[in-house]
Amino acid sequence: MGKIANEVLIQKLVEKFPGQVTELSQDYGLLSVETGKEQITDVLSFLKTDPELKFIFLTDLTAIHYPEAAGREIGVIYHLHSLTTNTRIRVKVFIPIDNVHIPTATTLWDGANWMERETYDFFGVIFDGHPDLRRILNVDDMTVFPMRKEFPLEDPNRIDKKDYFFGR
Amino acid sequence: MQNHPVYTDNDPQTEYSTLNLGPTHPATHGVFQNVLQMDGERIVSGVSTIGYIHRAFEKIAEHRPFYQITPLTDRLNYCSSPINNMGWHMTVEKLLGITMPKRVDYMRVIIMELARIADHIVCNGVLGVDTGAFTGFLYMMEYREEIYEIYEEICGSRLTTNVGRIGGFERNFNTIAFNKIRRFTERFPKVLKEFESLFNRNRIFVDRTKDVAAVTAEQALSYSWTGPILRATGVDYDVRAMEPYSSYEDFDFEVPVGENGDVYNRFLVRNEEMWQSMRIIEQALAKIEKEPSDIFHADVPAFYLPPKEEVYNNMEALIYHFKIVMGEVETPTAEVYHAVEGANGELGFYLVNDGGRSPYRLHFRRPSFINYQMYANMSQGMLLSDAIINMSSLNVIAGELDA
Amino acid sequence: MSDIQIVDAPAGVEGAGFFATALDQAIGLARANSLWPLPFATSCCGIEFMATMGSHYDLSRFGAERLSFSPRQADLLMVMGTISKKMGPVLRQVYLQMAEPRWVIAVGACASSGGIFDTYSVLQGIDEIIPVDVYVPGCPPRPEAIIDGFMAIQHLVKTETLRRRQEPKYQELLASYGIQ
Repeated sequence: MGKIANEVLIQKLVEKFPGQVTELSQDYGLLSVETGKEQITDVLSFLKTDPELKFIFLTDLTAIHYPEAAGREIGVIYHLHSLTTNTRIRVKVFIPIDNVHIPTATTLWDGANWMERETYDFFGVIFDGHPDLRRILNVDDMTVFPMRKEFPLEDPNRIDKKDYFFGR
Repeated sequence: MQNHPVYTDNDPQTEYSTLNLGPTHPATHGVFQNVLQMDGERIVSGVSTIGYIHRAFEKIAEHRPFYQITPLTDRLNYCSSPINNMGWHMTVEKLLGITMPKRVDYMRVIIMELARIADHIVCNGVLGVDTGAFTGFLYMMEYREEIYEIYEEICGSRLTTNVGRIGGFERNFNTIAFNKIRRFTERFPKVLKEFESLFNRNRIFVDRTKDVAAVTAEQALSYSWTGPILRATGVDYDVRAMEPYSSYEDFDFEVPVGENGDVYNRFLVRNEEMWQSMRIIEQALAKIEKEPSDIFHADVPAFYLPPKEEVYNNMEALIYHFKIVMGEVETPTAEVYHAVEGANGELGFYLVNDGGRSPYRLHFRRPSFINYQMYANMSQGMLLSDAIINMSSLNVIAGELDA
Repeated sequence: MSDIQIVDAPAGVEGAGFFATALDQAIGLARANSLWPLPFATSCCGIEFMATMGSHYDLSRFGAERLSFSPRQADLLMVMGTISKKMGPVLRQVYLQMAEPRWVIAVGACASSGGIFDTYSVLQGIDEIIPVDVYVPGCPPRPEAIIDGFMAIQHLVKTETLRRRQEPKYQELLASYGIQ
C-alpha cells in the first residue's frame, strides 16, 4: 500500500472531528495536527483503528514547554506511524500550565506507559488514568520538573565552581 | 523500594523472597535495577527502576550549538556511537535542507554498518557469556578492536567517535583507512562463521535460549518495540528499508526476520544482520571507487567550516567561519523528526528549532528505553536464569536507556 | 629459561633456604600483583574496560585476572563511567562494604570530575562521596591509560605501609567523608 497523502489524512480527520482538529504544518513531509485534550483519546483511537489509516505504532510521546504562550504552555506531542502504508503523523495537544491534565494513551498502546512517566518526570504532565504515574529517570524525591524552561541546567548548590572562571 | 511491598521472612515456606537484581550487575549490562519477588527460582513479579545514569542530555542540548551536540549523541548508545552521530547530522541536514553528495552517503553507510557489527558483536558475545560460554565473546572482541582501529584511522578516537560534521566529514578517508576496512571485510566473515558454528546448533545453547521469552508480534508492536527484537517476532520493520536515508536505497540487502521472538531468534537475527552489514560494506566500497575521490563534504559554506588555510587568507571564508562558530547563521524555525536504524531499533531525533544557535527542544526517541518497558511484565513466571538471558538479548544500553 | 618476566624480589638478605626482607615490602609485593578489582562500570568507560580486559590489552597480565563483583571480596574499586546523584548512595554502599585495605580508581572524566555533564543530575566527581586514590583522565581513556592508572595503583599498593589504615591521618580522611 502506498503512502497516504497528507491532504487525504487531514481531510479524513476533519470529517470525523469537525472543528476539533486543525492542521499546523507539513514541514518536511510530516503532517502536524493539533487537537484538544478532550478529544485526544478519540482522535488517537480513530487513527489507530481506522482500516484505511492504521496508525498502529506509537513512535514517540513527549512534551514541550513554551513559557510565553499563555494558556497553552505545555504541549504534549505524539508521533504515530502507520507501518503498512509507511506514513507518519504528529499530533499535538496544548494544555495550560495550571491544569496539566491529559488522558492517558496507555489504554491504546502499552508502550505509552514509560513514555508518559518520562514526560511526567520532566514536565509535570499528569496523565489521567495512568496505572503507575511516578518519576522514572530523576531521583524519586525531586519536587521540581527539570525540563521546564525556568529550571537551570547546572546544579545550583555547587560550592566548588568559581564564578570567575565561568564568566559570572 | 518504597513502591514495592516488602514481605518479611516470617514463614519462609509460604512467603516470597525479594531479590534485588541491583544497579551493580556482574557482566557489563548497565545500571538498572529490578526488584524481583521470587518463589524459589521462579519470578512472581518484578519492578524495574532506571535513571541511575540519567545525564540530562535533552536539557544540555538546549544549551549547546548544533555542532556541540554531536559528542552528546555519542554517549547515547555508546557501543555503536557513529550511528548516533550520523543520525544527528542527518537530522540537522534535513532541517537545513542540505543534500549530501553520494560519496559522503556511502562513507556514512560504511561507518554505520561497521558500528552495527560492533554492537551486535558485543550483544551476541555477552549473550553467550550469560549462558556460560566465554569463548565466543573473547574471540569476537578482537574484531571489535579491528573496528576500533578503523575508527581511529578515520576520526581519531575509538569508542565515542564524534565522527563527521553537519555537512559531511571532517577529513577524507585515507588509504590506510580503506585498507583496514578491506582487511576487515576479508577477515571477519571467517570469524563470524566460526562464532555461529559455536552457538547455532550447540545443544546447550539452543536448550537455554529456545522458547525463552517468546513474544508475539502484536504484543511487540503494542509496546512500540523496534529493531532486531521486533524483527525476531516476525515484523519486518527496518527504517533503512522503509524510509531510506543516506542512499540506503542504492544498496541490495535483506532484512532478516525471525519467527516467534524468543531469545534464540533474536540471536539468529542479530547474526544474520551482521552478514547483511558485511554485504552492504562490500557494496559501498565498490560504489565509492566510482565516485570522485576528493569529495568528503557537501558544498555548504554556510554550515560547514571552511579549511583553515582559507580562513587565514580569504575574506569570505573568515566571515563564514566566524558566523558558524558564533552561531550567527540563520536556521529555519521548524520542527523535524528524523529516524535512523540504530543497532537496537529506531533511533529518532525530534528537533524543534527556533532559529537560534541551539535547539529549542531536542528529544531523543531512544530504542533501549522503549524496548525495556516490557521487561518486568515479560519476566513474570520465568525462571531467574531465563530472565537474565532475556535481559541480555534485549541489548539494553544504559546510556540510551536514561539519556 | 622462559622469557616470561616475573616481578623483582624486594631488597633483602638471602641465604641457603631463607630470604629476609621487610614485611611491608613482601606483603606490598604480593598485594600489588594480585589485586582483585571490582569493575563498577556504568557507561562508556565500562566498554573501554571490556576492551582492556580483552585479549588485545589484557589487564590480567597485571594480576587482575579475577574480577570480583562482590565488594566483600574485592580490593580495588574501579569506578568507570558517570555516577549520577541517584547512583551515589549505591556507590557509597558498595565502598562501605569493602574491607580494608581498599583502593579506589576513578576511570574517566565523568568519575573524576563529572566530565562533560555539568548538570543537575550528575555527581561532579566521585570524590564528593568516597576517597579516591588514582584518577585516570580521558573520555573514554584508552586502554593503555587505564592500564597506566592500574599501574599507579600497583605502585601505591606496593609502597604502602602496613599501619597506614590505622593511622589518625587516614581516619581523619575517612571522617571527612562521613565514613567511620
